[in-house]
Amino acid sequence: MTLHTPLIEPVRLAPPETPWRVLARKFARRRTGMVAAAFLLLLVLLALAAPVIAPQNPYDLGQVWIMDNELPPLSTDLAGERRFLLGTDGAGRDMASAILYGLRISLGIGMASALAALMVGIVVGLTAAYHGGRIDALLMRIVDVQLSLPTILVALVLLAVLGQGVDKTLMALVLVQWATFARNVRGAAMVERNKDYIEAAMGQGLPAWRIMLRHVLPNCFAPLIVTTTNQMASAITLEATMSFLGIGLPQTEPSLGLLISNGFDYILSHQYWISVFPGVALVLLVVSISVVGDQLRVVLNPKLDA
Amino acid sequence: MPLLDVRNLVTEFHTGTGVVRALDRVSFSLERGRVLGIVGESGSGKSVTAFSLMNLLDAPGRVAAGEIVFDGEDLRAASEKRWRALRGDRMAMVFQDPMMSLNPVLRIGDQLAETVAIHHKLGKAAIHERVLGALRRVGIAAPLERMRAYPHELSGGMRQRVAIANAIINGPDLIIADEPTTALDVTIQAQILYEMKQLVRNSGTALVWITHDIGVVKDLADDLCVMYAGSVIEYGPVAEVIASPRHPYTRGLIDSLPNGGARGQRLYAIPGSTPPLLALPAGCAFSPRCSRAAARCDSRPPPWQEAGREFRCFYPLERP
Amino acid sequence: MVEMLARRALQSVVVVLVMSVLAFVGINLVGDPVYLLVPPDAPQAEIERATRQLGLDLPVHQQYGRFLANAVQGDLGDSFVFNRPAVALILERMPATLELAVMALLLSAAIGIPFGMWAGMHPGSRVQKVAMGLSILGVSVPVFWLGLILIMLFSVALGWLPSGGRGPTTSLLGVQVSFLGWDGIQFMLLPALTLALHNIALVMRITEASTREVAGQEYVRFARAKGVGPLRLIWRHIAPNVMIPVVTVLGLEFAHLIAFSLVTETIFAWPGMGKLIIDSLLQLDRPVVVAYLMVVLLLYVLINFVVDVLYLILDPRLRARSA
Repeated sequence: MTLHTPLIEPVRLAPPETPWRVLARKFARRRTGMVAAAFLLLLVLLALAAPVIAPQNPYDLGQVWIMDNELPPLSTDLAGERRFLLGTDGAGRDMASAILYGLRISLGIGMASALAALMVGIVVGLTAAYHGGRIDALLMRIVDVQLSLPTILVALVLLAVLGQGVDKTLMALVLVQWATFARNVRGAAMVERNKDYIEAAMGQGLPAWRIMLRHVLPNCFAPLIVTTTNQMASAITLEATMSFLGIGLPQTEPSLGLLISNGFDYILSHQYWISVFPGVALVLLVVSISVVGDQLRVVLNPKLDA
Repeated sequence: MPLLDVRNLVTEFHTGTGVVRALDRVSFSLERGRVLGIVGESGSGKSVTAFSLMNLLDAPGRVAAGEIVFDGEDLRAASEKRWRALRGDRMAMVFQDPMMSLNPVLRIGDQLAETVAIHHKLGKAAIHERVLGALRRVGIAAPLERMRAYPHELSGGMRQRVAIANAIINGPDLIIADEPTTALDVTIQAQILYEMKQLVRNSGTALVWITHDIGVVKDLADDLCVMYAGSVIEYGPVAEVIASPRHPYTRGLIDSLPNGGARGQRLYAIPGSTPPLLALPAGCAFSPRCSRAAARCDSRPPPWQEAGREFRCFYPLERP
Repeated sequence: MVEMLARRALQSVVVVLVMSVLAFVGINLVGDPVYLLVPPDAPQAEIERATRQLGLDLPVHQQYGRFLANAVQGDLGDSFVFNRPAVALILERMPATLELAVMALLLSAAIGIPFGMWAGMHPGSRVQKVAMGLSILGVSVPVFWLGLILIMLFSVALGWLPSGGRGPTTSLLGVQVSFLGWDGIQFMLLPALTLALHNIALVMRITEASTREVAGQEYVRFARAKGVGPLRLIWRHIAPNVMIPVVTVLGLEFAHLIAFSLVTETIFAWPGMGKLIIDSLLQLDRPVVVAYLMVVLLLYVLINFVVDVLYLILDPRLRARSA
C-alpha cells in the first residue's frame, strides 16, 4: 500500500460580475419579464415618436374637422381620404393619434413624478439612516403618518388646493409618492449602514454625504428598482384617475385618463371606441410596467417564487 | 426478524441543475428496543434518511429505489393513508428545532391531544389523561398548567421535551430523532439524552438517533452507522466501532473529539470539506481528503463485511 | 398589552390632530373663502359682514380654535351649496358608501382567500400561474376603466344589470339600506365588483404568499409526521397561521375601500359620500370637503386601531411580547 497525497485541483473562477450584470442575466432568463419589458419598450418608443408618427395632431385645430366626429373604427372621412384606424371622438379627432399623444403624457408624467419622488425619498431616507436616533424617528414618524392616509385623498386635497395644471399635478404626485420611497431607502440603507465596511469608511474620515452616496446607496439599488417600477405604475394610474374625475391636467394636454373620461358618456350610446381604446392603452401600459416590476422582484428575491 | 430493515435505499432530488443522489444504497437494520446512532457531517444525508423512512420528503425529493420493511410490512408499497395511520402511532419522529416544529398558534396540550385523537377513538377525559401522562414521563413539572401554554412561552429544553412527549404518547415501536439536542444548551442536552435513554429502556421502543456529534451518541447507541456524502461507510456495534474504527473517516471523527487528557494540544480536524452532492468524485467520495487514498480508490469501494462489522474502504485501518 | 393599545390610541389621536390642522389650513386659509358667499363686486360693507360672520377676521389660531371646538361637538360648518350642516350631509350618505365597501370586502375575502390558499399550496401548478397572472392584472387595471368595461358588458350589451344609481332602500335600525332584496342588490353588484377587484387581486397575492410560507414551515411537516391528514392540516394548522397577515390586510384595505369608493361612486352615480366630495371639490364647497376628510380620517384611524387589536388576538406570540 502506498501513501498517496490527495490532489486538490485548482478551481478556475469566472471573472467577477457586477450586480447589474447578474441582475440583467437573471432577468433575461425569465420569459414573461422579457416579453413585458419588450412591450414596454415599444410603448415608450411610440410615445416618444408620437409627434412624428401620429397621422394627425389632434390638438391642432387646423387638422380636425367636426364633421368627422363619432366615426367608428376603420372608417374614412367625408372626403374619402384618410382612414381612422380607431375611430374619432366627439370633436372629430383621430383616436389613434389622441392615444399616442395621451400615452406620451401619461408615461411622461408617471416617469417624471416617480423619479422626482425617488430623489426626494433618497435624500430623506439616507438622512434618516445616516443619523439614526431622533432624526430618524422623527422623519419616519412623518412618513408613517403620510403612508397611513389614503393616497387618493391626499392627491385630491392637494390638487384642490393647488389648482389645475401640469406642474401642479406633478407636484401633487411627487408629494403623494415620496413617503414610500423614503421608507424603502431608509430600510435598505439602515441594513447597509450597520455593516463593517461603512464603519471602516467612517473611520477613515470620509464626509457623510460621500459615504452615503458612494457606498451605501449603490447597495440599496436592488429593492429600489422594484419600488420605482411599482410606483411608476401607480403614479400613472393615480394621474389617470385624477384626470378622469376632472382634477389635475388641463384639457389641452389630455392624458389617457382624460380621454377615457371624455368618452364615458358615449358608452351608453354604443360608441365604445372613444373610451375603450384609450383604456386598453392605459391598461397595457400599467400592466407591462407592473409585470416587469414583479419579475424584477422575483429575480432579486428567489425565495419568493416556487 | 428486525423491527426495521432498510435495504439499498436510494433517495434522489430532481433539481433544475441535475439529479442529486442524497442517499446511495443505504442499508441498516434495527431490532426492537435497540438504539441505532446515525452519525455524519452536514450534507451526509442523515436528515434525508429520517424523512425517507417516514415518507416525508418534500418535492423535488423522492425515494427512488430500495426497501423499507417495518415489522414485516413493505412500506414502500404502502398507500398514503397507511402511512398516515403509522405516523405518530407506530413510528414517530422528533425534529431538530422544537421552536419551528410546534405550531405557534396552538396550545401544547391541544397539539398533544391531537396526536392521540387522530389515531384512537377515546373520550376527552381519556385523552386528557394520556397527555398528562406523557408530559410527566418526559419530566415536565406542573403538567396541568403547562398544557395550556403556547410554544413560545416555554424554554428550549421544555419545548423539546414536549416534542418527545408527542413522539411517545401513543407508545410507538420506533422513534426517529433527527438531531434532537443540537439546538439546545449543552447542559440541557445531557439531561435530555439521559432521559431519552431511560424512556427507551423502560418502554422497549426502538430508537434511531441522528447526530453530527459522535460524542453524543457513543453512550446512548447500541449500534453505530457512519454516513458520508450519502453512503453508509461504516456500520457496527458502537463500542467496537469507536474502539477500532476500520474506515479512515470514522477514525478522523473520533480523533476530532476533544479529549480531556491532551491539554494544550491542537484539536484535530479532518482536512478539506464534504463534496457537494452534485459533484461527487467518481470513486470513493472520501478519497480527496484521505491520507491513505491510492489509485484503486478511483472506483467505489463495495461494502465489506467482517465479523459483524461493515465498512466501505479498500484500505481499511488495521484491526488491533 | 393595555399599555401597547393605549400607545396606539394616542398615536391615532396625534394623526387626527395633524390631519385636522392640514385640512383647516388647506381649505380655510388658501384663497379667500369669503368670495364664495359674496360676489367679488359686492359693496364693502357686505364683504365685511360676511367676513365677520364666517369668523375670517379673527387671527389664525383663533380660527383654528373655533374650528376645533366646533368639530368636537360635531359641527364642521354649513355647506355653502346646500346650506345645511356639513356633517349631517356626510352622515346621510355614509350608509350607502359603507354598504358598497362591506360588500366589496366580503367579495374580496370570498374570492381572494380560497384561490390564494389553493395557489399557495400548489406552487408551480398551472392554476397558480394563471391566478398570479390575473392578480397582477387586477392590481394594475385602473378602477374607473374596469367600471366602464363592466357597464359596457353587463348593462349596455347584455342588459342584465342597471348601469347606475342605487336601488330602492328599506329601513334597517333607522338606517336606509339597499341590500335586503334583489331589487336593491342588483344595483350594488357592479359597483361593488368594480371596487373589489383591486382588493381581490391583493388578497389573492397576500394569501398565496402567506400560504406558501406557512406550508413550508417545520410545524406543518411535524403535523404530517404525527399522521395529520390533509383536510385537518389545512383547517387546524395552515389556515390559522395564514390568516394572521391576511386579516390585517383585509382590515386595512377596508379603510382603503371607503376612500376609493369615490371613484366608483362617480362612475355608477352611487349616492354615497364619495360622489358628494367630488361635487363639493369642484364647487369649492369647503365645509363639506373638510367634514368629509375628517370623517373618513376618523374611520381610517378607528379601523387601523381595530386591526391592531385583532392582530393581538390572532397571534398569541404578540400577546406575550407586549405583556
